Amino acid sequence: MIEITRRLLPAALVASTALFTLLPITDAARAAGPDISHFKLDNGMEVVVIPDRRTPVVTHMVWYKVGAADEVPGKSGLAHFLEHLMFKGTAKNPAGQFSKTLATIGGQENAFTSSDYTGYFQRVTKDRLKMVMEFEADRMTGLQLTDDAVKPELNVVLEEQNSRVANNPAAKLGEDVAAALYVNHPYGRPVIGWRHEIEKLDRKDAIDFYNKWYTPNNAVLVVAGDVDADEVKKLANETYGKVAPRAEIGPRIRPQEPEPRSVRTVMFADPRVAQPSLQRSYLVPSAHTAKPGESEALEVLSQILGSGSNSRLYSKLVMEKPLATSVSAYYLGTALDDTRFAISGTPRADVSLKQLEDGIDSVIAELADKGVTNDELERAKVKLVADVVYAQDSQATMARWYGAALTTGLTVEDLKTWPDRVQKVTADQVRDAAKAWLDKRRSVTGYLVKDLPKPEERRS
Amino acid sequence: MMRLYKTAVAGAALVTSLAVAPAAQAMTKIERVVSPGGIEAWLVREPSVPLIAMDFSFKGGANQDPTDKPGVAYMTASTLDEGGGDLDSAAFQDRLERNAIELSFRASRDEVRGSLKVLTEKQKEGFDLVRMALTAPRFDQEPVERVRAQMMAALKRETTDPTQISSRLWWRTAFPGHPYSQPTNGTLQSVPTIVRDDLKSYAGKVLARDNLKIGVVGDIDAKQLGLVLDQVFGGLPAKADLRPLPPAKLQSVGKTLDVELNVPQTVVSFGGVGVPRKDPDFIPAYIVNHILGGGSFSSRLYKEVREKRGLAYSVYSYLLPLDATALFMGGTQTRGDKAAESVSLIEQEIKQMAENGPTQEELDSAKSYLRGSYALNFDTSTKIAAQLVQLQLDDLGIDYWERRNGLIEAVTLADVKRVAKRFLENGVLVTMVGRLPANGAKQGGG
Repeated sequence: MIEITRRLLPAALVASTALFTLLPITDAARAAGPDISHFKLDNGMEVVVIPDRRTPVVTHMVWYKVGAADEVPGKSGLAHFLEHLMFKGTAKNPAGQFSKTLATIGGQENAFTSSDYTGYFQRVTKDRLKMVMEFEADRMTGLQLTDDAVKPELNVVLEEQNSRVANNPAAKLGEDVAAALYVNHPYGRPVIGWRHEIEKLDRKDAIDFYNKWYTPNNAVLVVAGDVDADEVKKLANETYGKVAPRAEIGPRIRPQEPEPRSVRTVMFADPRVAQPSLQRSYLVPSAHTAKPGESEALEVLSQILGSGSNSRLYSKLVMEKPLATSVSAYYLGTALDDTRFAISGTPRADVSLKQLEDGIDSVIAELADKGVTNDELERAKVKLVADVVYAQDSQATMARWYGAALTTGLTVEDLKTWPDRVQKVTADQVRDAAKAWLDKRRSVTGYLVKDLPKPEERRS
Repeated sequence: MMRLYKTAVAGAALVTSLAVAPAAQAMTKIERVVSPGGIEAWLVREPSVPLIAMDFSFKGGANQDPTDKPGVAYMTASTLDEGGGDLDSAAFQDRLERNAIELSFRASRDEVRGSLKVLTEKQKEGFDLVRMALTAPRFDQEPVERVRAQMMAALKRETTDPTQISSRLWWRTAFPGHPYSQPTNGTLQSVPTIVRDDLKSYAGKVLARDNLKIGVVGDIDAKQLGLVLDQVFGGLPAKADLRPLPPAKLQSVGKTLDVELNVPQTVVSFGGVGVPRKDPDFIPAYIVNHILGGGSFSSRLYKEVREKRGLAYSVYSYLLPLDATALFMGGTQTRGDKAAESVSLIEQEIKQMAENGPTQEELDSAKSYLRGSYALNFDTSTKIAAQLVQLQLDDLGIDYWERRNGLIEAVTLADVKRVAKRFLENGVLVTMVGRLPANGAKQGGG
C-alpha cells in the first residue's frame, strides 16, 4: 500500500514512508515480547496498547478507517487533502496551536494516507501523552476550515503531487499500471489523486468527507511505548471517550474487480528516461480477502521469488544470466480488498525490456511448475519470522503494524498468529500460489522507456 | 549487495550526528569496553530485546577515492557483503538470510559505515560474517561487475533527475579541486575504470584498527564483547594509510546557478558556511538552524514558503559538519513559475536571521523542543548503536548524553544572535534545476 505523508521528512526518514507489508508478531517473540491489549471505548473507538518500557517515550497514533478508496468518483485526492487540512485548527485550538505546542515540548508529528486508512501520530515523552490525546480528540470532530487556510494548502498538495509524481517518470508509470490493473475497484486511483481533480477540491468537499468518516466509532487508537493498558484506558476514557459518535459507519463495500482475463501492457515514454525499467503488478488476494493459508503462501512466495540476493529472480537474472542489474518482488498483503503482487526490474545496458520480461516469465514459470525446495522454504520462513522479532525493537514499527492491520480488516489475533501460520506454509502451497496468482492474465506490465517504438518495430 | 542509499547518504550522516540528545541517562549507560587486544567499543547493555545491534565506522570514506576515480569507496562498500573468506557471494548471502542476519556497508564522504543486526542466539554467525567481510573480502569478478552495472544504472537515472543534477552541481561548484567536489557514487566516466585492485587497495588502506569506532547495543556483557572485538576486528591492520584531507574552502557563495530541465517542478539546493561540530558555537548554530529551517512544522522557512504561500511541499535546512569543512545546507522543490520567488524568500529569511537573529520566544521554544525530543532518539537499539559511533567520531566524550541538555540550556539570546550572524551573513550558493524563469541567472551547465 502506498502511503503518502504530510511532510517530506529529512532524507534518512523518507524510506519509512514508502511501502510496507504485513509482518506481525511471532510466537517466539510473544513469549519474550510485548503483552498487547485491545479493547473498545463506549463510543466504539478501538484501542491497542503495545508496552515497551525501555525508554520513557510513547508513540501515539489515531487511525481512521477511511482512505483514498473511499472517495466518490471525481473527488480523487480528497482523503489525502483532508489529512493536510487536519492541521488547520479547531474552535478550541486555533490553526497551528497543536503543532506549536509539539514544537515547544519536543514532540514529533506527522500524518499519512493510504487507499484504506488515514493516520495521525505524535512521538512524545510519556508525561505528554494525555496532552496529545486531548489535542487529537479535539480535532476528531472539532475541525474548522476557512478558505484562507484551505487555498494555500491546496497549492501545497499540488506541489506534493509534482514532487512525487509529475517530476518522476517511474511514478507516472506506476500510476498507470495501477489504473490499468484495477478496472473497477478504486485502488486504481492514486492516493494523491489525479491532478485535474485535486485542483478542484475545496473546503466543502473536505468538511463533508470529514463529517462522514471522522468519528470515534470509525477510529483506532494505538499507543506504543512506556505505558500500560490500564493507564491508557483511563486516559482514553477521559479524552476520546468524551467524543460522541456522529455518524453511522456501514460496512466498507467498494466495487470489486471482475475476474481478470487479459494480459495487459502499458508503455510510458518520457525523454527524461535515461535508464529504462519494468514494473508488473498481479491482482491477488490480500490478507483480508484470502482464503486461509493463501496470503501466508503469497508472503513466502514473494520472499523466495524476489526478496534479496538469494531470491530466484535475483540469482537467476542478476547473477547467473545476467539480464538485469536489479529485480525484486513484493506482496502488498495489508489491504482491505484484493491487492497487488508486484515485480520490478532494471535491465543491463545491452538487454531490452522484452528480454528481461521473458526472463522474469521463465523464472516464474519454472517455480509454478517445479515448486520450491525445502531449503528455500526454510530460509524464507526464518527471515520472515525474524523480521517480526526485529520489529519489537521499534515501538513506532509495532504501532504501524497494528494500526495498518486493524484498519484493513484484520484483528489483533490475526497478527499474533501470523508467524505460526507462516511456519505452516508448505512447498506445495507456495507452488500453487505461484500457479494460481502469478498468471499473466491477472497482470499488467509497465515499460518505462525514452521513446516509443517506431511502427515497424511494433509490428514484429 | 548494493542498496539504494545514495540519496540518503549525506542526510543520514547528518541525522545521526545531530540527533544529539539529552535525558537518556535514565536508560542508557554507556560502558567503554577495551578488548584484550586493545580494540575499543562503546556498549549499551540491553537485555530485554533478543537482538544485538552493532555499528562501526572507518574514517576516510569517499574522500580517500583516487583523484581520477570517484566511486571507489562506494563500490568497495557495496561489494564488502559479496563474499569473504571461503564463502563466495552466493554462499555469503545465503548464510546471512539463513540466520536472519542483517548486515550492510555504505560509504559517505568521510567514512565507511557498517551495520549489523542479529538475533542474540545467532550472534556467533553474525560476528563471524562481519569478520570475513572486513578481514578477507573477496571482490570476486562476478559481484564486482554486478555492482558496477548497478552503479551505472543508477548513474544513468541520475542524469535526468533534477534533485541529483542540482546536488552534483552544488558540490562541484562549491569545492572545485577538492575531493568533496566529486560525487560519492562516482560518475559515468569513472565507474567503468574502477578495477578489482582499486577496491582491494582501498580496503587495505581504509579498513584498519586505528580509524575504527564501534558501538554495540544488546544482551552482551563487556567481557564477552571484548572477545568478540578481537575475533571480528583483530585481523585488520593496526594502522590505516590515509591521504591527508586538505581543508575544503567553500567557493561561489552568493551565486545562483540554473540548469534547464523540462520538469513541472523546480528543484533548489542551497548551502553556505556552517559551524564545525567541536566548535563551542555548534550548539547555538544548531538552535538557529532549528528555528530557521530545521525539524518541526514551525520553522520560519516552513511557515513562509509552505504554510503562508503554498509555494512548496518541502522546504528545509540543516547543519552538515564534515571532516574538512562545516556547512549549512537546505533545499526546496517548488513550482517552476514561482521558483525565483521561493528562492528570494529563502534568501531573505536567511538574511533576516543573520541580521536580527531569533526572538527570545523562538529561542525558548527551540530549547524546549530540543530538550524534550532528546529521548526520542533512544527508542531503538539500532538508533542507539549509530549514536554510540557518532559520539566517538565527533569526540564528544562518553558523558555527552548527560551533558547535552545543559549545553542547550546554557545558550543565550546573545549567543544565537552572534552565531546566526557568524554563519549566515555570507549568504549561500544556490543551484536550481527546472524550467528556467527569465531572470538572467547564470547558466551552470549540465
